[in-house]
Amino acid sequence: MTKTFPLLWIPLLPLLGAAINLLCGRVLSRRAVHAVACGSVAGALGVVVFAIFGRLWPLAWAAEGTHVPARLVQTAYAWITAGSVELPVGLVCDPLSAVMLLVVTLVGFLIHLYSTGYMAHERDHARFFGYLNLFTGAMLILVLADNLPLLFVGWEGVGVCSYLLIGFWYDKDGTERLGLANAMAGRKAFLVNRVGDVAFLLGMLVLFAATGTLSIESLALRASDLLLPLHPLGLGPYTVAGVAGLLLFIGAMGKSAQIPLYVWLPDAMAGPTPVSALIHAATMVTAGVYMVARMNFLFMLSPAVMGLIALVGATTALFAASIGFAQHDIKKVLAYSTISQLGYMFVAVGVGAFSAGIFHLFTHAFFKACLFLGAGAIIHALHDEQDLRQMGGLRRPLATTHWTFLVSTLAIAGIPPLSGFFSKDEILWRAIATANPALGSTWLPALLYVMSLAAALCTAFYMFRLYGLVFLGERRGAAPASSHGHAGGHAGGHAGGGHAGDLHLPGPAMEAPLIVLAGGAALLGLLGLPEVVGAWLGIEHINLFERWLAPVVDQGARLADRWAGGHRVAANALAESHGLEALLLLLSVAVAVGSSALAWKLYRAGPSALVARLTARLRWFYRLVLNKYWVDELYDWIIVRPYKALAVVLFQLIDRLVIDRLGVHGAARSVDGVGRVLRRLQTGSVQHYVVGLVIGVTALVVGVVGAALLGGGG
Amino acid sequence: MVPTSQVLGLAALLFCIGLAGVIVRRNLLIVLMSVELMLNAANLALVGFARARGDLEGQGLAFLIVALAAAEAAVGLAIVVSVFRSRRTVYADEVTLLRR
Repeated sequence: MTKTFPLLWIPLLPLLGAAINLLCGRVLSRRAVHAVACGSVAGALGVVVFAIFGRLWPLAWAAEGTHVPARLVQTAYAWITAGSVELPVGLVCDPLSAVMLLVVTLVGFLIHLYSTGYMAHERDHARFFGYLNLFTGAMLILVLADNLPLLFVGWEGVGVCSYLLIGFWYDKDGTERLGLANAMAGRKAFLVNRVGDVAFLLGMLVLFAATGTLSIESLALRASDLLLPLHPLGLGPYTVAGVAGLLLFIGAMGKSAQIPLYVWLPDAMAGPTPVSALIHAATMVTAGVYMVARMNFLFMLSPAVMGLIALVGATTALFAASIGFAQHDIKKVLAYSTISQLGYMFVAVGVGAFSAGIFHLFTHAFFKACLFLGAGAIIHALHDEQDLRQMGGLRRPLATTHWTFLVSTLAIAGIPPLSGFFSKDEILWRAIATANPALGSTWLPALLYVMSLAAALCTAFYMFRLYGLVFLGERRGAAPASSHGHAGGHAGGHAGGGHAGDLHLPGPAMEAPLIVLAGGAALLGLLGLPEVVGAWLGIEHINLFERWLAPVVDQGARLADRWAGGHRVAANALAESHGLEALLLLLSVAVAVGSSALAWKLYRAGPSALVARLTARLRWFYRLVLNKYWVDELYDWIIVRPYKALAVVLFQLIDRLVIDRLGVHGAARSVDGVGRVLRRLQTGSVQHYVVGLVIGVTALVVGVVGAALLGGGG
Repeated sequence: MVPTSQVLGLAALLFCIGLAGVIVRRNLLIVLMSVELMLNAANLALVGFARARGDLEGQGLAFLIVALAAAEAAVGLAIVVSVFRSRRTVYADEVTLLRR
């Protein structure tokens, strides 16, 4: 079920927008820049909607029941042809990419729109929107790629844009944000990502060496090659799938901020808030999850790697969630929350619940983007204040922001019937109802479940703590000295928004996306209702999302059954029981509601006395999570300092001394020295030259005659 | 008949005297004369070998060398005259402008 479709327009429109804005944006008016940026993404969205609902959907309907996924394809151009290796720029849109395309273009468009309002007071509009478009284009390439190198192009592209956008204010010299810190944050993000990227490249090399192809479709057909044994570095025996899967996952760890490569994401909050919303919540960081889902056939052939993925995900989820308890920067709380939710997605794909993981990616994009954009509205209103200790009492003045934020908080806390509940609950259920033959079938499901549930408990708590500290109670901060002289009227060039007291209210460009995203966060859960609800209502296959993705994500299971003798993660005995599913569902609700209520009680009038007492009693815990377990400091000592010392050695010693002084200057000086000596032969006196001539000729004659004599005689 | 070795010995001796003259004497005209002496020493050696071999090849080459020596003397003298006109001296150690 394959048809061709001009998919190239989808990434091309934003890339064209980027080209226009980056190359000649400085001479365009602000409105023009906005129009180009938002228009190109809107155009991409339009093509996506038409492609999916107009073309892909009918194909998927027709293919229902068969195991063949519906696909739209396009081979845009022959990129690499080297002997037997042929890598075209090939694009494919199947149900999985359709989900991602919708997320990227829709949420992307909303964020572009929001940015027109948020960045209204900034200069360098063209550069910002150019980068934003460039990012969107790269992300779309990543999603649509049908071979790994093209995916990697998109992968690297979003990495670069992340660096550029985090460090957007590289020259800001305000009291809090020094430009250099922003640039360093961007650098940190790029370098940590790089570590993952190296592993990704190695994974690609392994796959290529074993199968001779890097096209995803072709790789899926080569299960027998993927199961061949490998002895990397003399260890083993492992399979190609295992080694390559592990390497690709390490790449995903970097991009999607899992332990131990998550440290860049909290620092990335130095960038403008729309950037945090788009890149570090909805899209770039989910690229790792997408890649694992796309390569599900590879991972399913290696249950050991999948077990590792699930464990890393669960650990990250719990670890990051615990840090959220004490942070007092609103964006940092959301950053750790993102890391934690990404952990959930990896738990899901680690137990083979690919559609559940992607569903959580989908719902998370909506509520997390809404939360970040809401945080942006708050920061904007408070004239760049980000410290929770200075907030409070914003419920009435920032009404729209408040309600959308509340809806999204309920969603992320996992309270039904909002979307977050359904996606998170599905993951928890599948975690406990899946057996992994490579690791302990007894302890692993239980461990994953317990960790994920604990993380959910923490999530609900710290999100409502955040909500309470921002919106409830009384305003704690002093009215800030206005940084741009707003006494009453506004100069032109600001997209709406008035004032309430000293607050700078968000305009319609900022509020509309909030409303749309909150709506999504609330309603999209209906697409992924769990089986047990279906059983109760008497509807089969009630999980529409799973139905949509099934042909793509079930590939792995079928392959493993056929080629690996069923040695794969599979549903265990618990999966049958609807009763248990219902029970655990209620348990999730109870945990979510209970934890939220507790947080609400503690923080509803700002940080209460009770909170202060708890903090004092649990001081060790408080300090531990406030300082993020000192992981950054640890990395600094173990990795950064030695590396910098090495760089200094290389620079001072090798570059300056050996290469410059010894090498370059040394060569020059020795030539000069020899010349100085030899120069003395130039006496200018002909007779001296004659002497030289005589000596030379004599030596020559002696040599020749002597050689002849010796050769002939002896 | 004079033994060939003596002829060659004389030629070598003359050559060395000429060489010594070229190296040691300051006056360029004397140097030129010494060069002539070296050339003629070579001629003597050639003629001596021709005699020993019984053919005239050596003598033929000697002829050529005589012609060459004449040409070289002419040019050499022209150079000395030119140097004198330029530097007002014929002493080799006084024309060392190309020294470092």
